[in-house]
Amino acid sequence: MDPVPVSLDFTLNQGSFTLSIHEHFEACTVALLGPSGAGKTTVLEVIAGLRRPSAGKIRIGTRQLFGSDGGLDLPARGRRVGYVPQDVALFPHLNVRHNVLYGAARGELVPDEKVVHLLEIEPLMDRRTEGLSGGERQRVAIARALASAPDVLLLDEPLAAVDVALRGRILTYIARVRDELAMPIIYVSHVEDEVQRIADWVIVLDSGRVVGSGPPGRTTGR
Amino acid sequence: MFVSSELLHVTSFSLGMAALATLVMLPPGVTLAWVLARHRFPGRSVVETLVSLPLVLPPVATGLILLKLLGRRGPVGRLLDAAGIDIIFTWKAVVLAMAVMALPLLVRTARAGFEQVDRRYEQIAETLGASPARVFFTISLPLARRGVIAGSILGFSRALGEFGATIMIAGALPGTRTLSVAIYSHTQTGQEAAALGLLVAAVILAFTAVFVSNRLSDTRTEH
Repeated sequence: MDPVPVSLDFTLNQGSFTLSIHEHFEACTVALLGPSGAGKTTVLEVIAGLRRPSAGKIRIGTRQLFGSDGGLDLPARGRRVGYVPQDVALFPHLNVRHNVLYGAARGELVPDEKVVHLLEIEPLMDRRTEGLSGGERQRVAIARALASAPDVLLLDEPLAAVDVALRGRILTYIARVRDELAMPIIYVSHVEDEVQRIADWVIVLDSGRVVGSGPPGRTTGR
Repeated sequence: MFVSSELLHVTSFSLGMAALATLVMLPPGVTLAWVLARHRFPGRSVVETLVSLPLVLPPVATGLILLKLLGRRGPVGRLLDAAGIDIIFTWKAVVLAMAVMALPLLVRTARAGFEQVDRRYEQIAETLGASPARVFFTISLPLARRGVIAGSILGFSRALGEFGATIMIAGALPGTRTLSVAIYSHTQTGQEAAALGLLVAAVILAFTAVFVSNRLSDTRTEH
């Protein structure tokens, strides 16, 4: 896929914490790297429309999602971003199929076969979400986000709740999503190795500020 | 024979009126519970206090307020009278008194149910493109259902036992006599046996309702 132009240029004040990011770049997979408390999850929540920045603008591809100058602030439901939080937050009262179908465009009753196939979740479709393993939950949550036909996928620490042995496989699934669906991804992690494998642009955050930005290899978390 | 047919009639009338009152208060009660659980707005604490008022006001006082509002010369009663709607001293007054007295219990319990729902689920539903109404009906309400059901049963039980407000706006007429009102009338006129029969029915109904409501709350906390 071709790299997508991204502008993350905003400030958010929250009590004593200030998140300030002013980055403009082109990438397929952006990694937000940094220690806990750096503000990585907050960046994803701001992009998803769940938190409002104090000022600035956010643009992904050709779509502007937020712009304090023009008074633009698209509601979360109109942003077309597939957000997978760290705890994945599968709806506990719905089975896997209904979770995946929740955001399906135009209220389709059959899940997008490509997404289901890509993430290999066919055998899980009629199961309840409680019994799923960490890796299965992660794949179902990614499928649910993709079924809503987003412009960009936001992944918050997707390997955190997955067994070490399975982490490589989940990364493969994520790479497949990026390549076969031409889906830009913004990926939050605190593990540098993970980021080096998947990202083509890295932003390093610390205490709400950008301390490094550029292609992987040249940008480290230290 | 007289006692058993009266028992049957009064019990079924009370059950019917309490069920109707529960149905009537559900839409405003659940909406209020959700608004209080999820929104911050000016005057919120005033609304909270107003909703809880019937819990602490003497029921007879609540009844008097309703009588003043809905009586022929009251601000609402005048409009209803002009529209040809009669409420005071009819079965509709029984439903209204029960609903007003039961509403605080529904709102408080359902509100706790909504507060237990992790906001994260509602937020994710929003990012998946769901409208606020869809988020409410497909995420918030189903996840808060135990609180809403427990609140409805508690409200229903309260409605079933309602006396003070009912006697003020519906009286003790043959067509408006509930269990509590009938027990009171029989005791006043020295018909002890009839009062005792109704008392047993009232205890059984109240026990069943509270038992079911408690079981539901227990299951909720187990999750």
